[in-house]
This record gives sequence, structure tokens and C-alpha cells, in this order.
Amino acid sequence: MARLEGRPVDTATVPVHPALAGLLTPRAGGVYGVDAASLALTLVSGPSAAGSWCGVVGCPDLGLAAAREAGIDTDRLVAVPDPAELWWEVVAALVDTLAMVVVRPPARVPQRDAARLAARLRTRQCVLVVWGEWPRCDGRLSLVSSQWSGVGHGHGHLRSRRAVIEARTDVTVSRSREVWLPGDLGQLGPVEQPSGGGAGPRAVDGTELQLLRGAS
Amino acid sequence: MWCPDWPVVAAGLPATVPAAVLANGEVLACSPAARVEGVRRGMRRRDAQARCPELRLVERAPQVEAQRFDEVLEALEQLTPGVAPIRPGLCALRVPPRYYGGERETAAVLAERIVELGVWDVRCGVADGAFAAEHAARRALTQDVWIVPPGGSADFVGELGIDVVEDAALADLLRRLGVRTLGAFARLSRADVRTRFGDTGALLHRLAQGEDPRPVARRQAPPELVAGSAFEPPLETSEAAVFSLRTTAEQCVAQLAHHGLVATAVRIEVDSGDTTVQARTWRHPAWFDAAALLDRLRWQLAAGASAGVPGPGRRDGHSPGRRDEYRQGIGAVRFVPEETSAVAEHADTLFGSGPDAQVERGAARVQALIGPEAVQALRTQGGRAPADQVHAAPWGERVAVARPAERPWPGQIPAPAPATVFASPRPASVAGAEGQRVIVTTRGAVSAVPAHFRVGAAEPWQQVAAWAGPWPVDERWWDEASARRVARFQVVGVDGQAWLLVLDGDTWFTEARYD
Repeated sequence: MARLEGRPVDTATVPVHPALAGLLTPRAGGVYGVDAASLALTLVSGPSAAGSWCGVVGCPDLGLAAAREAGIDTDRLVAVPDPAELWWEVVAALVDTLAMVVVRPPARVPQRDAARLAARLRTRQCVLVVWGEWPRCDGRLSLVSSQWSGVGHGHGHLRSRRAVIEARTDVTVSRSREVWLPGDLGQLGPVEQPSGGGAGPRAVDGTELQLLRGAS
Repeated sequence: MWCPDWPVVAAGLPATVPAAVLANGEVLACSPAARVEGVRRGMRRRDAQARCPELRLVERAPQVEAQRFDEVLEALEQLTPGVAPIRPGLCALRVPPRYYGGERETAAVLAERIVELGVWDVRCGVADGAFAAEHAARRALTQDVWIVPPGGSADFVGELGIDVVEDAALADLLRRLGVRTLGAFARLSRADVRTRFGDTGALLHRLAQGEDPRPVARRQAPPELVAGSAFEPPLETSEAAVFSLRTTAEQCVAQLAHHGLVATAVRIEVDSGDTTVQARTWRHPAWFDAAALLDRLRWQLAAGASAGVPGPGRRDGHSPGRRDEYRQGIGAVRFVPEETSAVAEHADTLFGSGPDAQVERGAARVQALIGPEAVQALRTQGGRAPADQVHAAPWGERVAVARPAERPWPGQIPAPAPATVFASPRPASVAGAEGQRVIVTTRGAVSAVPAHFRVGAAEPWQQVAAWAGPWPVDERWWDEASARRVARFQVVGVDGQAWLLVLDGDTWFTEARYD
């Protein structure tokens, strides 16, 4: 009934990957911003693993192999790598039928167009994941720091990463958490507390980087 | 009717040239000239070449064999009804008792017709049953006929050696049991043969006795499934054409359904004036219904208009009402089903599967906006570079993945995979501690330890915190045009970001980013 009247229906939550559980609870019809491809993939893996269809618009750079490793069902993925100047039309058409759409926004996002798309998202119960800047997000995930292990000076290979993810929503204060993105066995999940002190996997060759970078 | 060495004839090789057709590296058939040189069926490629160095070798093409033989069958059907193809190169037909004057005359007429098609080696055999007739044809000379008198099949077949049995194991067993001719086999008791050799043996036993229980099944002409309509006067706009073809598309699907078929690939031909200006084959991951056919037609017409080949009209998504014209208008459109399969195979998808059908419609809408190739379905495939591991096919097309991911891909970077794979690699630079260039020698050694790098021409230089590699890849070295010799490195900067850099010759590129 609410849907017929055009009012926002009772917003249901969208399945979320265990690595992000408790950090961010995406609601159907929301817009969520991320600043790294791996975070976009982690967000998509929630509904995709639950069997929903997802879409990717304007991101020819998204790594498909990484998407599979994150748990995304690539057979249920609609990709539009280059929507050209019809970006808004394509996104609007996909939002109508898919559960989650990842977009790389155009250079300039007018406030009015963003508001109109947000209304459409609410009626269609679709989640928009924006990899980049967006005027008004219901939540933002950002990669605060990442620390790769497994690679030395000319030996080993990238094996696992401890990343600190920060989530900000308009209603809660920012929360952050340290996660494996991915861990030694390819798993994505929170780093068990207390961290350090020998807990958690260590790189086999013993080389580790203790480097932090600021939020980008 | 028997055309000897059909694979060689179908390949279009003249009989005077020694030639052989290979299947799985063994000679399947050879021309008479090659047989004179000692080439035999079942011989390996090298043995055949050793016997006859000037031998021309061709790979087997079953499709071509069948197609060429279809021409022969059609020609025969014009002369006499009820032609039963047995295999390419061999067919059976009933001799009309009096129309051509007799068996010998009929054979002459038919043979002449086949020779007209350019198949000069054709032999006829006439007998009571297909089995006896086949062996009679084998005894005939080129363009001649061998006639077994009525009721004489048993005697004729009885003289044949046991080697004519196609089942090699059975023939071998019978030979070891002391049965050397079909006549000797025929004299065994029918019950004993059935007990010992089962149904296959029993059938062979009846054949050996001159009976032929297998009916000569006449060929059914393939049904005409092409649907199309012509416009007089020609239509100006593609929208009008799509609208008028709605019933034709429905007819095409209904016609197929009448035969219990659905189309999985359809060629759409568009005529402008008197010539076919556009023909394109569309494949569907499931099967075509009328709406899907019309979608494909709309895209094809739009593509033709924007390509400017037939007409000057250009379509851009903002003005769907714009006229896109062919120079002489759209004269006719035909739907030609190219691949069909039985409805039963698609039973699960016939009733639609809820949300998937909705997604299909959504994707079709986007395709109508920006073109059919712009919407992609992604599949993983094998490959060494991260970008090679994605197979993107236009949505709604059925494309086989060429490189299976399960095969080993030496030189592949181990998991985890980079989350960002640049569609076009960016120029990068890597330098050693003293600023010297870093390259990889032909033996795979790194000339200097990477100390500084930048991931783009405009990016700042930064220090290397850790690096791994090289993963050398020497791809397609046998083909000079597509050969590629690269080495990949994983590099972590002091800011904690990890990159996949590739050295192609002496140029560095940023291929992917682990973000």
C-alpha cells in the first residue's frame, strides 16, 4: 500500500558481509559511499551471496577475480562499463530491477539529480553504492589504513592485509574496526581482539610492514 | 548409391592428386591416387607422409561432408522420391520399377545426375535389401551398377568375407571361431546366434541370410522455418518496421513451437532495395520469444543506421523519435532460425523464473538506450594478467568462454586478486637506489633492486617499502605477431598501498591496484 502511495515503504535491511556486520547496516533504498574498490566489493557480496542480482555501472576497473574472492556471484552481475553521457538514464533503469548497483559517479553530481535518484531508490528498494564522491550519503565506508603482509624484498607475495575501516552514518558517530581484507586463507572478517601479541596469522617469511596511511 | 572416399570428394580435392583426410591424426579416407602410393585408412599422419611425400593432407570437416551430400540428396530427390541417407557418401533409395525402364537404366540416370554435380566417382548397387545393395555397390565399377537378381541376396551376401562386419570385435571373434564368410555365419542356428551374440549378432545373422529387416526410411525434407515480410513501398523508419514485424516475429516463434522447437540463434536479414544490406546472427542464452526477436531487430536497425553504412541517419539515445533512414528504405526483413533445440530442453526456463525475467527486461531497456554491446555479462576465464581473467560478453548473447579457468596458468599472480584492474594500463616508472632503470634480463634476473617508483606519469615518486617478483610470462612465443614477454611485480609503497606493476620490454605499466 505504502509503495502504491509513493511513500517510502518500511525500510528493510540488506544482507551484509560478516566483515562489516555491526559496522554498517545498509538499508534498502539508501546511498552508501566507499573510497576503495575492495570496500565496494565487500558491500556487494552481502546481497549477491544471498542470491540477489547486482549491477556495476561505469567501473571498467573493478577486478572480477577479486569480486569472486569476496563472495560475489558473478553470474548475477550486470555490468555497464561505459554508459557514456547517459549515466543517469542507465543507473535509473538498472535501479528499477536490481538489488544493489555500484557506480563510479560522473565528475559533477548536481544536488537535484541526486535527490531525484534517491527518491527512486527508496521506492524501488535498491541500494546504491557510490565509489567516489556523492552529495548526500546515508553512510560512508572508508579505508583508514592498510597493512599488507607476505611480501618481502624480492620474495614472497601479497598474502593478507589488516585494514582499518571507518564507517560514518548521518545518525551514528563514526565507528572503526580492524578487519582482514583478506586474511591468510582468503577470508574476510574482523581481526579477533586483542590484536597483536602473537594473535592472528603472521606472514610465513616473517616480513611485515607496519605502515599506516591517512584516510584518503 | 555409393560415392567412395566421400570425405576427400567433399573437401574438393581432385581424385588425381594424392590426398588424404585426417581425423584425430589418422587417415580417414584417401584419394585413389594416394591409395596407389600405399596410403591406407587408419594410417598415422607420418606413416602416410612417408609413403607419399607429396600427399596433401586435410583435416576432417563433418559439417562440410554433410552439406555437400545434402546437395546430392536434393538432386536425387528431384529424380525419384524417397531417398534415405545412411551416412555422408552413402544413401539408399527404392528403384521405380518401370519409370526409367528398369534397374540398370534408373542407375544410369541417377549416376549421370550425380556426375553433373561434379562427383565423378559414383557406384550403384541394386539388391533386395539395403545391406546387400551397399555391398553390391562396392563391387561395382566407377559410374557403373552391380545388380543382384531378385531373391539372390542370400547367395550374394554369403560370398562376402566376415571382414565386412562393422563391429571389429565381433568380426575378430567370428574369425577365430572359424567363421570366415557371411554364408558360413548364416548357416548357424538362429537361436544359437542370439544366445551367443545377442541382438547385434541376431541382426547380422538375418542380414547374412539375405534378409534386411531395417526399413528404408525416406528423408524428411527439413521444414521451412524462415519467417519474413516485405514492405511495398519500403518503410522509412526502423520503428515502423519493428511495429509491422510484430506478427511476423510471433508467427516465427509459433511455427517453431509447432515443430516442438525453440530458436537459440537467429539470423536477421534486412533488405534495402534489392540487396541484403544487413545480416547478423544473434544468439540467446536461453531461447528467443517474439519480444526478444523484435529487440534484436531494433538494435540491428539502430546499429545499421548509426554505422552509416546503408543510411545517413544517426541515432542517439536522447531523441528516440528521430528518423533513422536507410537510403532506399527497409524493403524486407527475414528471421532465419540458425540453431534450434527441442522445447523440452528448455522446460525449466519456459515459465520464466520471476526476478530473472525482470532483470532481463531491465537489461534490455538499457541496451535499447545505449546499444546492445554496452551491457555485459561477466564470466571468469583463465589467464595470466588480471585483465585477461575476465570474459565480458554482450548481455543476452551466448558466448562460450574460450579459456577454462581450471587449467594451470603458470606465471599467474597468486591470490588475493587486485580489486582494481585498470582497463587500460597506465605508464609507470621504477628506479633503483641510484636512480638507474630497473629491467629484467632474458634469464629472469632483476637488473637492480627497485627502490623508487611512481604509478602514473603525473603521480609523485615514492619509496618502495616491499616488493615481490618477477613473475615472468612468455606468452605465445610461437607467434611473432601476438608474442608477449612481460614480467610482473608486486610493489608496496611506503604509504601502505600495494600495486601490480608490469614490465613489458623496457617499459613499465601499472596494471592493477590492491585497494
